[in-house]
Amino acid sequence: MAFKKIFNLKTLSSAFAGMLLLATSTVMAQDTTATNSAVADDAAKSAMWTSVGYYSLLLVLVCIIVGIIGKILRVYDLTLQIQGKKAVNWNNVMGALFVLFLAVGLYGAFWSFTVQGSMLLPEAASIHGVKTDNMFMVTFGITVIVFVITQILLFTFSFKYRNTGKRKAYFYPHNNTIEKIWTVIPAIVLTILVITGFFTWKEITNTTEEKGDINVDVTGHQFAWEIRYPGKDGKLGSKKYTLYSASNILGVDFKDKNSFDDLHADTLVLPVNRAVRINISAQDVIHSVYMPHFRVQLNAVPGLPTYFKFTPTITTSEMRSKVDNPKFEYLLYCNKICGGSHYNMQKVVRIVTDAEYNDWLSKQKPYLSDALKKELKLADNGQTKEAAQNRLALNN
Amino acid sequence: MSTLAVHGHEVGQQDHDHEHHHHDTFITKYIFSQDHKMIAKQFLITGITMAVIAMLLSIMFRIQLAYPEKSFPLLETLLGRFAPEGKISPDFYLSLVTIHGTIMVFFVLTAGLSGTFSNLLIPLQIGARDMASPFLNMLSYWFFFLACTVMLSSFFVQKGPASGGWTIYPPLSALPKAMPGSGEGMTLWLISMVMFVASSLMGGINYVSTVLNMRTKGMDLWKMPLTIWAFFLTAILGVLAFPVLVAGVVLLIFDRSFGTSFYLSDIIVQGKVMPYEGGSPILFQHLFWFLGHPEVYIVIMPALGISSEVIATNSRKPIFGYHAMVYSLIGITVLSFIVWGHHMFVTGMNPFLGGVFMITTLIIAVPSAVKTFNYLATLWRGNLRFTPAMLFAIGLVSFFISGGLTGIFLGNAALDINLHDTYFVVAHFHLVMGSAAIFGMLAGVYHWFPKMFGRLMDEKLGYLHFWLTFIGAYLVFFPMHFMGLDGVPRRYYAFTEFESMKQWLSVNTFITWAAIMSAIAQLAFLFNFFYSIFFGKKATQNPWQSNTLEWTTPVERIHGNWPGEIPTVYRWPYDYSKPGAEEDFIPQTVPFSQTMSSNLPHDFEDNEAGLEAYAKWLKENKPKEEN
Repeated sequence: MAFKKIFNLKTLSSAFAGMLLLATSTVMAQDTTATNSAVADDAAKSAMWTSVGYYSLLLVLVCIIVGIIGKILRVYDLTLQIQGKKAVNWNNVMGALFVLFLAVGLYGAFWSFTVQGSMLLPEAASIHGVKTDNMFMVTFGITVIVFVITQILLFTFSFKYRNTGKRKAYFYPHNNTIEKIWTVIPAIVLTILVITGFFTWKEITNTTEEKGDINVDVTGHQFAWEIRYPGKDGKLGSKKYTLYSASNILGVDFKDKNSFDDLHADTLVLPVNRAVRINISAQDVIHSVYMPHFRVQLNAVPGLPTYFKFTPTITTSEMRSKVDNPKFEYLLYCNKICGGSHYNMQKVVRIVTDAEYNDWLSKQKPYLSDALKKELKLADNGQTKEAAQNRLALNN
Repeated sequence: MSTLAVHGHEVGQQDHDHEHHHHDTFITKYIFSQDHKMIAKQFLITGITMAVIAMLLSIMFRIQLAYPEKSFPLLETLLGRFAPEGKISPDFYLSLVTIHGTIMVFFVLTAGLSGTFSNLLIPLQIGARDMASPFLNMLSYWFFFLACTVMLSSFFVQKGPASGGWTIYPPLSALPKAMPGSGEGMTLWLISMVMFVASSLMGGINYVSTVLNMRTKGMDLWKMPLTIWAFFLTAILGVLAFPVLVAGVVLLIFDRSFGTSFYLSDIIVQGKVMPYEGGSPILFQHLFWFLGHPEVYIVIMPALGISSEVIATNSRKPIFGYHAMVYSLIGITVLSFIVWGHHMFVTGMNPFLGGVFMITTLIIAVPSAVKTFNYLATLWRGNLRFTPAMLFAIGLVSFFISGGLTGIFLGNAALDINLHDTYFVVAHFHLVMGSAAIFGMLAGVYHWFPKMFGRLMDEKLGYLHFWLTFIGAYLVFFPMHFMGLDGVPRRYYAFTEFESMKQWLSVNTFITWAAIMSAIAQLAFLFNFFYSIFFGKKATQNPWQSNTLEWTTPVERIHGNWPGEIPTVYRWPYDYSKPGAEEDFIPQTVPFSQTMSSNLPHDFEDNEAGLEAYAKWLKENKPKEEN
């Protein structure tokens, strides 16, 4: 057998495919748990270089395929020229591809809406959330119409007016009337969106405190949320960051008598259909209180206490039945980079009935823990005395 | 012989012969060159290098998002301690995101795009020998190069590069102990950024002064190509906005190093009460976004200018509504300074202020809409030639529409509450200022490659590059809108901790593979680019039959651009397919006296002598035609 016959294209490509298969089966992603063991660790280390080789080979393969296709096209082009036929008209090919892209793209967008649409915009569970969702739908309707029309025009023009060598372009430098029309129409549409948006924004943010509102303190730090409820007096005591200590992690100021009955909770539990004011602050870096189901988001900024007021409308149990998931929980995330564990800074939010809320609240531990009482007594006699008096008041 | 020249200004004319440039050595020609064309190439190649690095970083964090539970030995090989056991650490994940964003926004889309094409085209398209200050121009590149080097060097410091996001909000950036990426990596980020701003200012001042002072005879403002308008207004934006970032960064350095409290107040770090009082992190955000939002337009306006030129040339039609296009650019420039607050709707700033910023933000959509419609009208009844540059310009318009429309949601304060800092935002800006701007840059590279290197890039590889990138970009960013609408936050290391977010894992995997496909597609470009520099088909002087002045220079590139006198300009740059003309393009240097059959009364605005001569010609020639 001639030596060169061994190295024909078929043999080489078979060998190459075999190598790829071997590399694929040995070096694809491995489970983290497996790598924890010493044996797996060694295997992983030996696979490192193989994997570099694998990806390099894969890349070379792609490049070879592209090169072969290119050469085939070139040969095809030259053959047509030799035969006196016209070469491939790439202008036609590109025009056709644009139309194809338009058709497939629009179908893809439609498919995404139908399949992934059910996963979108979880049902708004607050009063203002419903309003913003309505506004969202109006904006969505307008933008989808514009999107579809303009993309259709862009790609059909690209196809229809492609160079065929038979036409001359139409000299049409301007038309003031048309330009005025397509300046004024977007301006009017945007004015409508601005006005409605402005009033909705005003409605959401211009909230005043009324009797019966619930005040809750949410404080962010790396990497957890601390929640403080007012006690029976319904008022939260003031805070001062300089009062921070291991027992007084929120720096609650016990010179303020409202502090004595404050409660420290693990979960954000709120009664349904009652206005809630979330007082937001941070201790170290910027965090962000984000509760997508309630359409609530506001940054927690050190030195800048802020608040967001909203009224939850759907209890957790109602939502569980709606989404058909008995494990469903509303969540509060951190939505601003705050460090390595930013991605897992979460708190469960539970919306309950009034009775459940009162029952839950009565079981919460006071913020003024024994350790803190002890610490305050040690720290400052005057304050301890006052705290002792207030402890009596608390008992009453 | 009388010419029917219009607008015979003599502004900035340099009619002396510049062929007396001194002999260049290798160093003065290729390294410390003061020739704007060489500096453009330096910006381009550095920009491409940075883009490749940023792209690789993005592929790494996309792999993490697609396979959060898996271990990839290759990552440990590449990243060492930052990916123990083949898994990227959460802190380093944030570094990857931060440096990817920083490189793409500043080093690729600002310096790579504007630095390349402003340098290349401003002198060539306005008819100048070089920039107003070639030495300052050279310095601007070298400051940029240093900025890139310092930024990349942060990968080699002990705790890794900055990781507070490309916006580096304090206190994360002001407290060196806040996280690993707040230490030396952040210091290097700040130093790099100051160098970068110095580079931008040197470049920007050069661009503005060159456009204002060095236009050739006849090149009045209304005869400037839209590319020049875009570069000129972009430079103004940069010159006015970048110093504010430097001011913000200097105060940040004071907070980091000298114990001041410009941005800090009421801080407890690792259980220790810090002495900072009276500052506000929000102040930094105001300063940052005062640059940050114009920066969006610093990125997109040159791309829009390039696409205007490419679309007009390859449609063989005048750009529709030239004046409206210019006024739109001016409108965007002015408005972009008063919209920064929409990035801060949920910071807790006064809600009234939020309302005001919402109004200004949505107003800016009007000039953007005008530009889009004008592009469509330019394509209408054109004679479209699908060069790779044209494909990328059309792709830009598509992205500009898709990304621009989603901006309407984010500009609305009430809607932004739910969308802020989610994947919806990522999808929006990656389409409108990421993909669109990159497509503008690529359109520019394909279109002006013959001007830069005297050769042509391969068309077929260009087609392959375009389609894979175009489809890939949509596949990457379109699904992200859905994730954002479901409330999935951006910059999360893994979604496996959240039951509700697990449903997006398959979408994340899909996006990652689409990103890998787009990244591989760039190999076609890289190969085509570097191969064509040396072995590409030799270009003719005006390969695209274009009207603008740069195509009147010889293929052999010389410092000084034109071997003899600088050409005089007689007409605007968009006389394509003019009725009565012999060819479908008439360069700006052709006097009206040579194109009598195609002249229009409108061509003689403010030129009574010309109009009279034209009327005389009509009188003499009309009867002949009728006969």
